[in-house]
Amino acid sequence: MAGHTQSSGRPNQWLRNLNAKIASVPMILTAVVIFLGGTIWTVVYSFTNSKLLPRLTFVGFDQYERLWDAPRWLVSVQNLAIYGIFSLIFSLVIGFVLAALMDQKIRFENTFRTIMLYPFALSFIVTGLVWQWLLNPEFGIQSVVRSLGWETFTFDPLYNADIVIYGILIAALWQGTGLVMCLMLAGLRGIDEDIWKAARVDGIPMWKTYIFVIIPMMRGVFITTLVIIASGIVKVYDLVVAQTSGGPGIASEVPAKYVYDYMFQAQNLGQGFAASTMMLITVAIIIVPWAYLEFGGGRKRV
Amino acid sequence: MSDIVAFNSVAEEAAPKAQAQRVLAGPRGAKPRRALSGRNIMIYGTLVVVALYYLLPLYVMVMTSLKGMPEIRLGNIFAPPVEITFEPWVKAWASACTGLNCDGLSRGFWNSVRITVPSTLVSIAIASVNGYALANWRFKGAELFFTILIVGAFIPYQVMIYPIVIVLREMGIYGTLTGLIIVHTIFGMPILTLLFRNYFAGLPEELFKAARVDGAGFWTIYFKIMLPMSLPIFVVAMILQVTGIWNDFLFGVVFTRPEYYPMTVQLNNIVNSVQGVKEYNVNMAATILTGAVPLFVYFVSGRLFVRGIAAGAVKG
Repeated sequence: MAGHTQSSGRPNQWLRNLNAKIASVPMILTAVVIFLGGTIWTVVYSFTNSKLLPRLTFVGFDQYERLWDAPRWLVSVQNLAIYGIFSLIFSLVIGFVLAALMDQKIRFENTFRTIMLYPFALSFIVTGLVWQWLLNPEFGIQSVVRSLGWETFTFDPLYNADIVIYGILIAALWQGTGLVMCLMLAGLRGIDEDIWKAARVDGIPMWKTYIFVIIPMMRGVFITTLVIIASGIVKVYDLVVAQTSGGPGIASEVPAKYVYDYMFQAQNLGQGFAASTMMLITVAIIIVPWAYLEFGGGRKRV
Repeated sequence: MSDIVAFNSVAEEAAPKAQAQRVLAGPRGAKPRRALSGRNIMIYGTLVVVALYYLLPLYVMVMTSLKGMPEIRLGNIFAPPVEITFEPWVKAWASACTGLNCDGLSRGFWNSVRITVPSTLVSIAIASVNGYALANWRFKGAELFFTILIVGAFIPYQVMIYPIVIVLREMGIYGTLTGLIIVHTIFGMPILTLLFRNYFAGLPEELFKAARVDGAGFWTIYFKIMLPMSLPIFVVAMILQVTGIWNDFLFGVVFTRPEYYPMTVQLNNIVNSVQGVKEYNVNMAATILTGAVPLFVYFVSGRLFVRGIAAGAVKG
């Protein structure tokens, strides 16, 4: 409650609104102790050589140097980049196209939406395990296509180090595109009917109207969706654990898993802290410009 | 951030309005299109294909879980079972093994219930009062703490996990259900507080003022006026928390001991265990069982779920 000390003046200033202050104690504790304090703590300890227990022996950027020399971390970052870029592109494109289709005054809209969104209710663990089964080369899609007569058909992303991250991407898209579709559909519904009428009067083809008129108008929705997807991407963890456990070898490792493994399995806390600080920086790179655009810049909204 | 919530209400309102318009327009609208125009075939064709793609994994899960292992080894995963057996379900529930324990998923299920119910109730109780204080009883500095809270929602959990482990260890509740419940309450707070704050701020201020004039205090107004008026938002929050906490994996694995592992963690341990012969039918039955609770919530709650996850998506 540091903020109130300077507010003197009337003597009972502190007691004013006391109930509200008491009610806000959990929020204040969470914000200050856990979110702010915890983050600072982790960043500070990422400069130490903590192993099994956190210790305050500072070693400068040693942990970071070791981190960026570790092949496993490099693979993790590379995977996250591939996964992130493709999942952004695909979920935005697929989500928008589906939303546009759903916006054609179709029948059974609710049924279609229910079907497309249900995977989002499932956990990443469930999603990962289902797709692990579907992509199982011995019994899954590959074996079914082979049994149809195409003997050389190969589709085993989870067992091929070069493409394993795409196998995870397939599962992630199955789980997440429904949500993007819903967000986009809400955006489309927010657009004035008259725009469409005007475009039709002017004889502009529908796809052109979408690309040059509607999408620019949905800037806000796109940015919100982008931030939602992006901050989810950085955290991807459970899906990989369930689907491949990081394998084959280290081919599908991701940063979040690196952090967990170093903190709780390898007992190398310093590495874990350094890696999680890198995750924090990644998120900051995404969030800060967005927050600046959204809440800075004179509060003008599109 | 407030944008996201504003945007939810758009999502909520826009759809019924469009429907209402369609109904009202009735016969006066544009000339009816032929049902089987090329355009319609394309649209419905695409949507049906997409819908099949989304349903396929669920279908395969159910089919696999109803087959015996010999049939799985011979047949293809898309074929319906020749001989339906519920054996895998029974085994998944009652006797599947994780490590040395062979009491099936039922333990994880009850753990998850014991985690989800209190976590949901506690987090909603705290966040709703917080949101109410922020909306109606603003005090100096409140906005600052709220901003930190909301920005904190974007920080990857991995950054804050270890400090929390230390705090819980100091309190002597690391590894227990209580500890995990506190963790869920903490991480549910940003989104729930935001949800409640925006909802309460949207209620007519006159009500609040009138109650104040009549001498009602902080808690009286909360319990007698705010609470009864905001049942829908409580339901949304509940949906959000129940599915979110049930589906959690990371906190479960970090903050509990094996005997308290929630269902998701136990499921992963059963399916991805390296020992023994893989029983795919049992695995799929276990997977369905774990997904059943959030799916049930989803199908029952319908539109409210959409609203909840649109808000909860921020949580990532």
